[in-house]
Amino acid sequence: MTRAYWLLQRLTQLLPVLLGISVICFALLQMIPGDPARIILGSRASPEAVAAMRDRLGLDQPALQQYLTYMSKVIRGDFGESISYKVPVSKLILEHAPVTGFLAVYVIALAVPIALILGMLAARYRGTWVDHLIRMLSVLGMTMPVFWLAILMLRLFSIDLGWFPVSGYGQGFLGHLHHLFLPAVSISIWMIPVLVRNLRASIVQQSVADYVLAGRAKGLTERHIFTHHILKNASLPTLNLFGVLVAYLIGGTVIVELVYALPGLGLLMFNAILGRDYPIIQGLTLFYALATVVITLVTDILSGLIDPRVKA
Amino acid sequence: MSEQVIEMTSRPGVQADELPLNLKIGMAVVIAWVLLAVLAPWVTPADPNALDLDNVLQPPGAAGLMGTDQVGRDVFTRVVFAARIDLWIGFAGVVLPLLIGVTAGLFSGYFGGAADALLMRVVDITLAFPFFVLVLAIVAALGPGVGNLIIALALVGWVSYARLVRAEVMVIRNAEYIQAVRTLGFNRFYILFRHVMPNAMAPVIVYAMTDMLLVILAGAGLGFIGLGVQPPTAEWGAMIADGQPYIEEAWWISLFPGLAAISFGIGLSLIGDGLARMLRVSN
Repeated sequence: MTRAYWLLQRLTQLLPVLLGISVICFALLQMIPGDPARIILGSRASPEAVAAMRDRLGLDQPALQQYLTYMSKVIRGDFGESISYKVPVSKLILEHAPVTGFLAVYVIALAVPIALILGMLAARYRGTWVDHLIRMLSVLGMTMPVFWLAILMLRLFSIDLGWFPVSGYGQGFLGHLHHLFLPAVSISIWMIPVLVRNLRASIVQQSVADYVLAGRAKGLTERHIFTHHILKNASLPTLNLFGVLVAYLIGGTVIVELVYALPGLGLLMFNAILGRDYPIIQGLTLFYALATVVITLVTDILSGLIDPRVKA
Repeated sequence: MSEQVIEMTSRPGVQADELPLNLKIGMAVVIAWVLLAVLAPWVTPADPNALDLDNVLQPPGAAGLMGTDQVGRDVFTRVVFAARIDLWIGFAGVVLPLLIGVTAGLFSGYFGGAADALLMRVVDITLAFPFFVLVLAIVAALGPGVGNLIIALALVGWVSYARLVRAEVMVIRNAEYIQAVRTLGFNRFYILFRHVMPNAMAPVIVYAMTDMLLVILAGAGLGFIGLGVQPPTAEWGAMIADGQPYIEEAWWISLFPGLAAISFGIGLSLIGDGLARMLRVSN
């Protein structure tokens, strides 16, 4: 089976998922109890205004017709128009996405190296105080509400010590790095434990494999076996896990952007919820899902490239 | 009741005095929170919603164990009353998805066929969404409130249980003891619920503990955003949000509800680890 065929197969498997995502995002508008047009405009709106809004949202058509209209627009990149900003939702998403993208990459750049080191330490020294300490810190990191940690760090490092700005995105690359440091740390503290746990488990699992015994019999040093054999085999499950974690990472950015007033997608979502701007909520949910699917696909393909067994 | 306990504990490997230490500590923490929540009116000094404008933003100490908030409400009292809401979200937000997911996974994994293929697509599609974003979007559509939050958690959460149970059932249905009861001519629903289900539940129970932690954090997150319980009712996430504008002069308003959530989360995490070891499931 060639690599190209494997790739093609992986892409066709995506079609039903993409279709399903569009159905769920469409259904969000149908879930609104009562008349969405009335809810958007408020109880004091005139019947004419409500009728115009119903017409604009296409609510008077049968549901299937509405879905097909929605679908054909989405395929052409038309995510609808915001009610409060009166601009296309896709334009708003593109304006706000760089902040969230920067934050997500920042979190990965912080979390992955630290998680690798801690995971390796915990596995190498398992059963000792090093392992126990890392495990205890992990439990603590996982149970902390990310917005709570964000507020406390804001108070300590921004207000008391004045090391970091209280809010905003900053100017230029270094400005972004400075402004987004605390938000990135807040999410990392939650993400590192999950990565550490899984990396530790897969290293421990690999270290009892037959090839380790074979390596020892061959007279290889423990260090060589660990870096050249165990680590390589243990990295694959962690890479796969990473695809899953990205979904949680995106969820984390929503709420952290709110605490640090970062002009990203999360803040856009929050303001849309406050203003009952349903086209934005619908468009953003779709965008978040599509982004997750693409990232998962990329990690899948990467692990396919790393591991020759995957494509078999 | 006591007979049941004796039967349970006399099974090899599950001796009461051999329960993993982390399981015991975790249970103690969780039970303590449940008791606090149930007995809230009797263990707290004040009314959770009583305003006292002469005593606003008082630090922990004379004015109360955890101080007072911006309208003079006692923070300790509110943290304890909030447990009623947060624990309820954790309980209902796990039990509903668990029941739906286990039922779907059992039938899907055991009978297979077109319904199984369809179910797996639904699972793939739901898992394509970031969990928190989908819950947020559904609550935004349905409207704020704990009831709608629990509906959203059930709509999104069941797929993980379905996938987990289905994978277990696919292995169990080919086991020799299932073939044996099938040969004996038992009704297939009897086999499914009496023999397949009990053997498929161990990973579900372990996962449910991790899931409850996620659900409570998501619930507190929605409360923080203002989509959970509505004011003035106390809830940990909403209390943290209440304290945010006052973080400079009155850190205690936000600090204590967060510590409460962490302590409960640690309890759940310890139970999860302990159960995983006891039931020999990888967590």
